Amino acid sequence: MSVVFDLGEISLFGWGALRGFFTQRSRLAKLTLGIHEIGVRCFPIIATVGLFTGLVMGLQLYYTLVKFGAESALGTAVALSLIRELGPVLTALMVVGQAGSAMASELGIQRNDEQIDALQTMSIDPLGFLVGPRLVATLICFPILTAIFDLIGIFGGYLTGSVLLNVDSGVYWNRVFESVTWADVQGGYIKALVFGLLTISICAYRGYNTHRKASFPGVRGVSESATRAVVWSSVTVLAADYLITSFLM
Amino acid sequence: MDSFLKIRGLKKYFGDNRVLDGIDLDVTAASVTTIIGKSGIGKSVLLKCIANLLQPDAGIIELDGQAISQSRRTAQSDAGVSFSYMFQNNALFDSLTAFENVALPLREASKLNTAEIQERVDEMLAHLELSDSADRYPGELSGGMKKRVALGRALITKPQVVLFDEPTTGLDPERKFSVFEMIADYRERFGFTALLVSHDIPEVFEISDRVAWLDEGRIKFFGKPEDLNTDAQSALSGFLNKANYGRKSSPLNGANE
Repeated sequence: MSVVFDLGEISLFGWGALRGFFTQRSRLAKLTLGIHEIGVRCFPIIATVGLFTGLVMGLQLYYTLVKFGAESALGTAVALSLIRELGPVLTALMVVGQAGSAMASELGIQRNDEQIDALQTMSIDPLGFLVGPRLVATLICFPILTAIFDLIGIFGGYLTGSVLLNVDSGVYWNRVFESVTWADVQGGYIKALVFGLLTISICAYRGYNTHRKASFPGVRGVSESATRAVVWSSVTVLAADYLITSFLM
Repeated sequence: MDSFLKIRGLKKYFGDNRVLDGIDLDVTAASVTTIIGKSGIGKSVLLKCIANLLQPDAGIIELDGQAISQSRRTAQSDAGVSFSYMFQNNALFDSLTAFENVALPLREASKLNTAEIQERVDEMLAHLELSDSADRYPGELSGGMKKRVALGRALITKPQVVLFDEPTTGLDPERKFSVFEMIADYRERFGFTALLVSHDIPEVFEISDRVAWLDEGRIKFFGKPEDLNTDAQSALSGFLNKANYGRKSSPLNGANE
């Protein structure tokens, strides 16, 4: 029951933040900071994880496919797995680890330090000021980060499949371009947008409400908020992935 | 006496803890009212209820004849009463410089242009002797400097009501005096109504028109600082003695003897 209540609160929280953003001044400057926090700072980890995911998939799928003499389908398997599933899911999990936990901690500290109260007394909407830009930045950054993850992952699959294990590179890339349809890409982007909104809303919600939701006050409360933000977001991404995939298939 | 800020039967509980248990208070416009009382007695809670940061469990708070939630000026509308709050722990934004912290309410909730904001903030920082530290972040400032930045942020919008939560905690005697002087000076210039929580007894009485003593969830004394002794009840006398009210250096010593 409390989960349903929390989900309702998170939805209202996210909506309030998005709406609040459009009443803010200097929106572009705030959005730029949000894009830097969620997009630019997450890029290195997304690129690294994307590359290693592609490398591992190239290896695993090659040795599975070769048993059936179907190693030429490596490009198809790597590209579709990444674009449909692994790209959006792993990108979301990495952003949660990198930006989401930091955001929950920062907002938790701002709550404890009465900075959020201070905004209210200055007639500044704290949700629109602190959370809104990050949510809008999420809508911009998540699809781009997911695309980067997919592209680097597919390149990683090429490195192990073609460079290391001698699958013909022409065949690999031909299969990638032939098998991936616009519907696959679209599905991946829908997931990226939904995961982005969910994860950043949950992380911001946990941090913003540290005073209400954490079992302990002070530093321990902030640490609890950050931990719960990461756990909740990760579980939510996987559950939402199943639901969205059911609708898209 | 026309009260600008009127509080009746204000109650605030945290679980079984009755922090405010029927507060009645009348504050006249452009006056300085100081709330005194023991630590943890609920003085900050009272300020937060007035600032609408905490929802009272019962009672009414009226500002200029209207319920507090409807009387506040917002960033979108010039109607209503402009409010400001100086927090006990300053509540400065770590990622903003001293200048940006002071400029924040003007940038986000006023119609002033960049040049006007720059001019007003520069003037305020000069007043606070912070011009050389304008580009420094709160983490690079001393406790006293942070306090002055917070004071600047509270006063920069020329508010009609200012709530000061222990504005001089952690300051040396000289700085304490200059903060009180600045509050008095700004009150003179802009005519704001101030509610002040302070433990700096008796120094704070220098700038106070009225003193409210909060004890056991209620206001047990409300009057002029010079009436504190004549009107003293035993518990209040005890509190004031512990607060070193009668010390030789007190500017109000003459009134006490």
